[in-house]
Amino acid sequence: MKKQYYLILFLVFLMIPIYWMLNMSFKPNSEILQQLTFYPHQFTLSNYEEILSSEFWRSGYINSISMSLMNVTFVTIAALPAAYAFSRWDFRGDKHLFFWFLTNRMAPPAAFMVPFFILYSNFNLIDTYWAVALAHCLFNLPLAIWILEGFMSGIPKEIDEMAFIDGHSFPSFVWNIFLPLITPGIAVTAFFTFMFSWVELLLARTLTNEAAQPITVTLTRSLGAGGWDWGVLAAAGVLAMVPGAIIVYLVRDLLATGFSMGRV
Amino acid sequence: MKQRPWLFLLPALLLVSISAFIPLMTVMNYSQLTLLPGTQPYFSGLENFVAILQDPAFQGALGRQFLFSFLVLITEIPLGLGLALCMPKDGPGVGVSLVLLGIPLLIPWNVVGIIWRVFTRSDIGVLPEVFEWVGVTYNVSQFTGDAWWTVLAMDIWHWTPLVVLICYAGLQAIPEEYYMAAKIDRASPWKTFRYVTLPNLRGVLIIAVLLRLMDSFKIYAEPFVLTGGGPGNATTFLSTYTSRMAIGGFQMGRGAATSLIYFFIVILLSFVIYIIMLNLGQGAGEES
Repeated sequence: MKKQYYLILFLVFLMIPIYWMLNMSFKPNSEILQQLTFYPHQFTLSNYEEILSSEFWRSGYINSISMSLMNVTFVTIAALPAAYAFSRWDFRGDKHLFFWFLTNRMAPPAAFMVPFFILYSNFNLIDTYWAVALAHCLFNLPLAIWILEGFMSGIPKEIDEMAFIDGHSFPSFVWNIFLPLITPGIAVTAFFTFMFSWVELLLARTLTNEAAQPITVTLTRSLGAGGWDWGVLAAAGVLAMVPGAIIVYLVRDLLATGFSMGRV
Repeated sequence: MKQRPWLFLLPALLLVSISAFIPLMTVMNYSQLTLLPGTQPYFSGLENFVAILQDPAFQGALGRQFLFSFLVLITEIPLGLGLALCMPKDGPGVGVSLVLLGIPLLIPWNVVGIIWRVFTRSDIGVLPEVFEWVGVTYNVSQFTGDAWWTVLAMDIWHWTPLVVLICYAGLQAIPEEYYMAAKIDRASPWKTFRYVTLPNLRGVLIIAVLLRLMDSFKIYAEPFVLTGGGPGNATTFLSTYTSRMAIGGFQMGRGAATSLIYFFIVILLSFVIYIIMLNLGQGAGEES
């Protein structure tokens, strides 16, 4: 029993900085700057009101969610058939190709900043959702193929063969039999893809200016702008944590499956 | 029929070509050119690479990066493994712990930086105040040492939960019979850990180490927000250096060369660690 105290100690360590930001988001700036208080003495919701009523902040959230969803769509559509090919067929160079996909997960986004900027400038995609959603495929696509391949390899090949003997055409097999079987895999993949796209800053900052900037960029820019409004910043930070929390709550059971397959 | 796999791979290959392959080729092209504003680009061979490798700022960033990744690995992996062993096997505690552990992973990276910044800033943070009570001066924006261990503490705060989750998943997969057998043999707790738990966690530990290595090499947003790379250059890591070269500098060729060197180091290091860990694990497996 005693060893669980260490775990509790660590969990407390995890929560302290988060509590501090939550605490701050409910305080007026005067209280934040004047004294150190461990709970808001002058409780206020004005920081949240300011964010929710401002177009600047709201568009940041909308942009972020749209880009991440777009990225999830691209990645899932491309990764499903690719993962199927890797898990079902041997073909020349499959191992090498799989490894090459994986090396892209190792690619530091900083190394790809300039070429992305040049490439997407040529197609007039800078400051659109497309630029960021496509650029995030750099690290999300390999991850998605990796996770999905793991799930698909867990499904026996005999199921495919049985379905074809039963007279299913390929599209009918995929739609009626295969996709329902790997729904947990798709959910886990979509979760991680969304997450990594949602949290990324460097590429999103390089590829957007005003119109399409996601919330992570809005936060950084307002941080650099001076004239610190700590309460609003803390409230914005809290709001930026919410989508992740909602999503992990929705897929918590599926995640357990994903983790137990050792692919995450 | 023989070409069918390639048909299935087509969408992924198209996406990879615009999100990875063409950019990589562009970097390779630029890395060999001297690009100065107002003049024609001309081929300069490996000149950019030599210049970068000789740049003291690059060497500094590289050294700090190695030190940082090393410290991250030797603290987070044992800590994460230890905490995974402390996790309850069942009961209501499991769900609560998993959700709490998940929280830091779901926060946008620069918000992680913001959380730690408001936590440690000398005017509004709680940490400097606590240190003052015990008589220690603590200032992230002034003292190199403070900045370093704060960035490290932030990374441990941010990523140890991932190691715990991965190790916990691995521990769950070890059959209970192995522990029964160890008990019957009257193996000490240490021996049980050494010869039952550790060998069975090999695959999972390789994943954890590789993920932490790759991602600690990519660290950018958190120190960028927390310290801005300072004081001075004390917490400037490779990503910060590369992005400065790429955006700030006029020499795109230099930026491209930095990117390639950076990418090469990450792949090489991941590969070496992977091979080492594979062999280490094999040795342990034979002993048991």
